Amino acid sequence: MKKMSKQLRSNLITYGIVVAAYIIVTFCMQAGMVSSLLKGLLVPLCVYVILAISLNLTVGILGELSLGHAGFMCAGAFSSALFSKITADVIQPAGLRFFLALLIGTVVAAIFGLLIGIPVLRLKGDYLAIVTLAFGEIIKNVVNVVFLGRDSAGFHMSTKDSISLGLEPGGQVLIKGPQGITGTPNDSTFLIGIILILVTLFIVINLINSRTGRAIMAIRDNRIAAESVGIDITKYKLLAFSVSAALAGTAGVLYAHNLSTLIALPKNFGYNMSIMILVFVVLGGIGNIRGSIIAAVVLTLLPEMLRALNDYRMLIYAVVLIATMIFTSSQGGQEIQERMKAFFKRRSKAEEGK
Amino acid sequence: MALLEVKNLGISFGGLRAVDDFHMEIEQGQLYGLIGPNGAGKTTVFNLLTGVYEPTDGYIMLDGENITGKKTIEINKHGIARTFQNIRLFSELTVLDNVKVGLHNHYKYSTLTGILRLPRYYKVEKEMNERAMELLKVFDLDKEADYKASNLPYGKQRKLEIARALATDPKLLLLDEPAAGMNPNETLELMKTIRFVRDKFHMTILLIEHDMKLVSGICEKLTVLNFGQVLTEGPTAEVLKDPKVITAYLGE
Repeated sequence: MKKMSKQLRSNLITYGIVVAAYIIVTFCMQAGMVSSLLKGLLVPLCVYVILAISLNLTVGILGELSLGHAGFMCAGAFSSALFSKITADVIQPAGLRFFLALLIGTVVAAIFGLLIGIPVLRLKGDYLAIVTLAFGEIIKNVVNVVFLGRDSAGFHMSTKDSISLGLEPGGQVLIKGPQGITGTPNDSTFLIGIILILVTLFIVINLINSRTGRAIMAIRDNRIAAESVGIDITKYKLLAFSVSAALAGTAGVLYAHNLSTLIALPKNFGYNMSIMILVFVVLGGIGNIRGSIIAAVVLTLLPEMLRALNDYRMLIYAVVLIATMIFTSSQGGQEIQERMKAFFKRRSKAEEGK
Repeated sequence: MALLEVKNLGISFGGLRAVDDFHMEIEQGQLYGLIGPNGAGKTTVFNLLTGVYEPTDGYIMLDGENITGKKTIEINKHGIARTFQNIRLFSELTVLDNVKVGLHNHYKYSTLTGILRLPRYYKVEKEMNERAMELLKVFDLDKEADYKASNLPYGKQRKLEIARALATDPKLLLLDEPAAGMNPNETLELMKTIRFVRDKFHMTILLIEHDMKLVSGICEKLTVLNFGQVLTEGPTAEVLKDPKVITAYLGE
């Protein structure tokens, strides 16, 4: 029972950090201490945090390496942006429309997660990583060649160009292939981002600490033993993978509604993005949810904060990455951590003694 | 009727006949031993019984039901649980959670109930905790409930594996070399535990073992396997005196 309360405390700290971050940033904004550059980063920060938490579910809890997380984000982003564009004038108020867009983006990504998961989760380790990587690239490239238009006769689709859609005069092109979707309503705000982070945390933390989570972690720790006590391997692997994909889709919705033009580039939905999310997860600690949040925030802000150093900033970024890895995983680094912990313990005990 | 009835069981891996014409009958409540020299096919028999391998011939009946060729999960649900020769715990989970994974199919609530923390979640989790602690107490592991499983000493890891297997509420418990790597004292304690499990849970137990002291000490009946075939079977004392068995172990 003591353990339960310890767990609960740790979870409350995680929620607390997010809420505190929101309060501090809001306060600073009112005091005029936040630069416009940083203001523009707030929603993307929330996007990255959600992505990091959701990928940690696959990598840390399920124990499978996925390199296609940006693909699920892409699916969520484009499906929801398309929905919002079509219904921008039909569904009012905007809040309700955005809520529906969130649901659609999440569900579409979950369906993709399920469809990809069924064949892919039979693979293990490197093979799974390669296939998910390919999937991410495929989604991005498919989105880049799709043209979708609408006129009084309904929807038209083409993979060539917008002229071959054969729209009636007055028809509207919704997806313009490599030019993506333009004119998505900007519904995302920092507050919505924070709420979505909290919801993501709620789902992931509660999932981990439940019967389902135990089954998923049992599969991670020893598949054969899990099978021998009657755990349905396929079911729980798929479940974890789809939930992870769905949450990436949620992040995609947030991302899409923060931009007026949504284009699938290698930078935002490609391999680079998937790797970056993985870096957040690895650096924050595999399986450590709070660590992913902190890593995502620090590693997103760091290059921006170092902008003044222009040419040297990526150099420093790399040095910080390597230093953190050495500090957290090498023997020497762990010894220093232990000593620091002991030091703080002693100090808090001394204070209690007073 | 016997609890477990195996007839004419066989499996080939390519050209290799690993187990051939294996047969065995275990009565409810019996403590049964499966012995034989290294490489005789004992663990293969276990893997056949638990659905890890699909037999090429023969059938397996558990409590009157044909479980031949069923999957591991199905067979566990029918009532066979096992431990492994090389311990397979959920090493990153706590001792308590290891047992709770074993309870998975007996205490249920949906994933959504778990995420939304509906009242049923708290009720079932409480029942699970109670049941798991009860099992841990039997194996004297209750004080280590919050430890990470991989941090337990070797002998306790073996016990935890048995506790986890029992959590699935089996009719038949298979122990694959439970005394492997134990010192004489630990082995003695293990013998007591196995007997205790049989008496307390009215469990039927089939075990593979090389430690003859353990085999002669607790097994009531034995089957001896050699080169994938049954060499002989019968009450422990008789089998161990059989010259054929001694030859199989020690050579001519």
